[in-house]
Amino acid sequence: MNDRTEWKKVCELEDIPRLGSRVVKSAAGMIAVFRTAEDEVFALHDKCPHRGGPLSQGMVHGKTVTCPMHGMKLGLDTGEAVAPDKGCAKAFEVKVDGGCVMLLLKAGA
Amino acid sequence: MKKQKLVMIGNGMAGCRTLEELLKLAPDMYDITVFGAEPHPNYNRILLSPVLAGEMTLQDIVLNDLDWYAANGITLHAGRKVTKIDRVKRKVIAADGTEAEYDRLLLATGSMPFILPVPGKDLPGVIAYRDIADTEAMIEAAKHHSHAVVVGAGLLGLEAANGLRLRGMDVTVVHLGDWIMERQLDKPAADLLMKSLEAKGLKFALGKQTAELVKGESGRVAAVKFKDGGSIPADLVVMAVGIRPNVELAEKSGIHCERGIVVNDTLQTYDPKVYAVGECAAHRGTAYGLVAPLFEQAKVCANHLAHFGIGRYQGSVTSTKLKVTGIDVFSAGNFMGGEGTDEVVLNDPAGGVYKKLVLQGNQLIGAVLYGDTADGAWYFQLLKDKQCVKDIRDHLMFGQNHVGDVGHAGQSKAAAMPDEAEVCGCNGVCKGTIVKAIKEHGLFTIDDVRKHTKASSSCGSCTGLVEQILASTVGGAYQPAESKDKPVCGCTERSHGEVRAAIREHKLLTIPAVMEFMEWKTPNGCASCRPALNYYLISTWPHEAKDDPQSRFINERAHANIQKDGTYSVVPRMWGGLTTPAELRVIAEVAEKYEVPTVKMTGGARIDLLGIAKEKLPLVWADLGAAGLVSGHAYGKSIRTVKTCVGAEHCRFGTQRSMDMGVKLEKMLFGMWSPHKVKLAVSGCPRNCAEAGIKDVGVIGVDSGYELYVAGNGGIKTEVAEFLCKVKNDEDVMEVSGAFLQLYREEGFYLERTCHYVARVGLDHVKKRVVEDAENRKALYERLLFALQDYEDPWQAAVRKPAVRREYEIIEVTA
Repeated sequence: MNDRTEWKKVCELEDIPRLGSRVVKSAAGMIAVFRTAEDEVFALHDKCPHRGGPLSQGMVHGKTVTCPMHGMKLGLDTGEAVAPDKGCAKAFEVKVDGGCVMLLLKAGA
Repeated sequence: MKKQKLVMIGNGMAGCRTLEELLKLAPDMYDITVFGAEPHPNYNRILLSPVLAGEMTLQDIVLNDLDWYAANGITLHAGRKVTKIDRVKRKVIAADGTEAEYDRLLLATGSMPFILPVPGKDLPGVIAYRDIADTEAMIEAAKHHSHAVVVGAGLLGLEAANGLRLRGMDVTVVHLGDWIMERQLDKPAADLLMKSLEAKGLKFALGKQTAELVKGESGRVAAVKFKDGGSIPADLVVMAVGIRPNVELAEKSGIHCERGIVVNDTLQTYDPKVYAVGECAAHRGTAYGLVAPLFEQAKVCANHLAHFGIGRYQGSVTSTKLKVTGIDVFSAGNFMGGEGTDEVVLNDPAGGVYKKLVLQGNQLIGAVLYGDTADGAWYFQLLKDKQCVKDIRDHLMFGQNHVGDVGHAGQSKAAAMPDEAEVCGCNGVCKGTIVKAIKEHGLFTIDDVRKHTKASSSCGSCTGLVEQILASTVGGAYQPAESKDKPVCGCTERSHGEVRAAIREHKLLTIPAVMEFMEWKTPNGCASCRPALNYYLISTWPHEAKDDPQSRFINERAHANIQKDGTYSVVPRMWGGLTTPAELRVIAEVAEKYEVPTVKMTGGARIDLLGIAKEKLPLVWADLGAAGLVSGHAYGKSIRTVKTCVGAEHCRFGTQRSMDMGVKLEKMLFGMWSPHKVKLAVSGCPRNCAEAGIKDVGVIGVDSGYELYVAGNGGIKTEVAEFLCKVKNDEDVMEVSGAFLQLYREEGFYLERTCHYVARVGLDHVKKRVVEDAENRKALYERLLFALQDYEDPWQAAVRKPAVRREYEIIEVTA
């Protein structure tokens, strides 16, 4: 079994609008990469735990995204639904390096 | 910064609600210490009656358990009564010597039951009805004794009497007045209520003044003696003649008190470091004894403690509901009427129904309902909002359903619904789930219920029903929101009206500017307020304020409708519902080329291509655009369609060229954003085949010109459009419709359809500005045309601009 991970370049930070997102297709599935007003980036599995809505199409505010389907709110850092809702979208590690957005994914995948 | 110290005296509902509100706003601002005279955490005092009646247990009514205090770092001194406030050294001292210093002090000492100053008032077996200890004493007494006398037939007295009766006691209610609950009911309603309480086994002694409580051989109370000489046996006497604000401590500490502790609109006493909320406070001369106003006070007080300083408490209108199972009584406002008021009365003594509505001018100012209280919440809302009821006056008495809620007709008796009955058809939530959530989580507002159960959070058509369930579950604690001054969302205290005015008056041009100017509590709003602000900016300052795609819901950002599987639907515009073989050919080719799984006619007479992946959208648009097809805006809070019949062009009955008129209107309105979607229809004759009677603007051709109708709606709640005016020619149709829509664009609140907008401002308001004032009409019309000039088809913009197009693309990451 190969558990090695590596940072993979996704796009330039400027390719993601502030308070917006881009969709990344990877071996780990569809990943939504978000950019906040403060230029922080976060990445979540692009599937709402409620009814599978694409979180990438939601609205970003603070460190939260509101799912476009039925309005469930999820924390961008953990993927956890904001109370009283329950549920979690898998969070991926992501960073900005020299203006490049990098995702931590399984190596060789 | 060192944390400030906040001390609260009194651990009841008003105080704890203030703390909850404060923790939401400023969780780290204060070190909080709470003193409570009772040895319990905060519980729901209103539900003591169901506990006495055996319908709930004490555990059921705890609102904040001990874990809540611990989790929020609050020091709780339960069972310790504060006896002294040292305002010079700013500390409070409890009876057992416990001390606490404060920077701010919150008095929430509640009220004291009023005990009649008669001989025997201190005998064993004589109690008040105020707290858990009293309730327990009554439950205990019912086990060993048989005769109970309740003095005072107010809300509390009757609930106590009912509970004691249910626990097997023989209960007599003694009342000084000529009828029961005279502060909440008029005589006819009170008589009906008394009759049904008598049927439950209660006895009444009206017009009787208590002279003495007589001691029995055991030393316990044994009888109640009246001033007129008579007497009745009593092993338990419950005094429920009223409450007095508990001001003893405040008065002793030199804080100005009248009927209660005097507070201003920010709930501060004469010592600005000391606040008072709840039953102990007197605001503009009124001390409230019901819980709903206390919650409003709590909100404002918390706001001020958190240094937000924008909330003001301006007094409350209250309503009353009696919590006796099986009996429905509701009253609100000035229900006795008087000079200058009109009364509408429905009285059916045999059927056990009595309703009285009190009107002053065109406003509802009071209501008493007995037997059927389903519409209580609705009347209360009309009353609080001071809404003009002129147009619905003739059927006001028959309730909200009669005004036209087709969605839930015949389902209005919330209390009578079985637990498994479905309430919210969108989210599949039944009554039992809602009631359970209300009880378990201590919910008081419709918003809370939405968050916890999702009921009424989608289309909203069951909101009234959910409100009724909430009202019947929490009783008097239910307070409908002020629909007029309701904050835009949880990010702000400001209402839609205030935000619109500020954007206009201060020429605010960006969302951050609005948020800063209006002191938004969140850094960049939320999915509710940002789209509203974006709309207000671009509609108020067209061509100056910049549209912010990130503040638009996905459909408006992607210019297509998102479907449940994440694909999109594409609807090209067909002006007036007209198309050509060439257009149809292109649509057919696109459908085949992109393997569109579903092709369907929409309700607005055009073709919907469903199931297109987002990244394919620009390709589809490029192909459609080559044949001249543009966006149909089937996804927007914007102009949707202008539906037409064939009209005088072909129809043998047609009086006007409706297709032509429809195309002209649709071309004029292309690209119009609005508070909510806008649909028009043009019919060529009064047969009205285009169904103009349920459109935002309906145009019906007649031989001499056109009749214009506005504010119709065919959706959630069918609303028939209202007649606006008659005009002579096509140009007038354009000008009047355009002016009406511009007025709606300028004054409507986000997500308010024209029918809701017109219901709020009144048709007269619209007629004055659009029909009667020609100059204003022209100005509105010109502002609309100015806003819409140079609008570019968003599909072609996305096709042409690489930066925009890029956002539709998926990034692929490979090894």
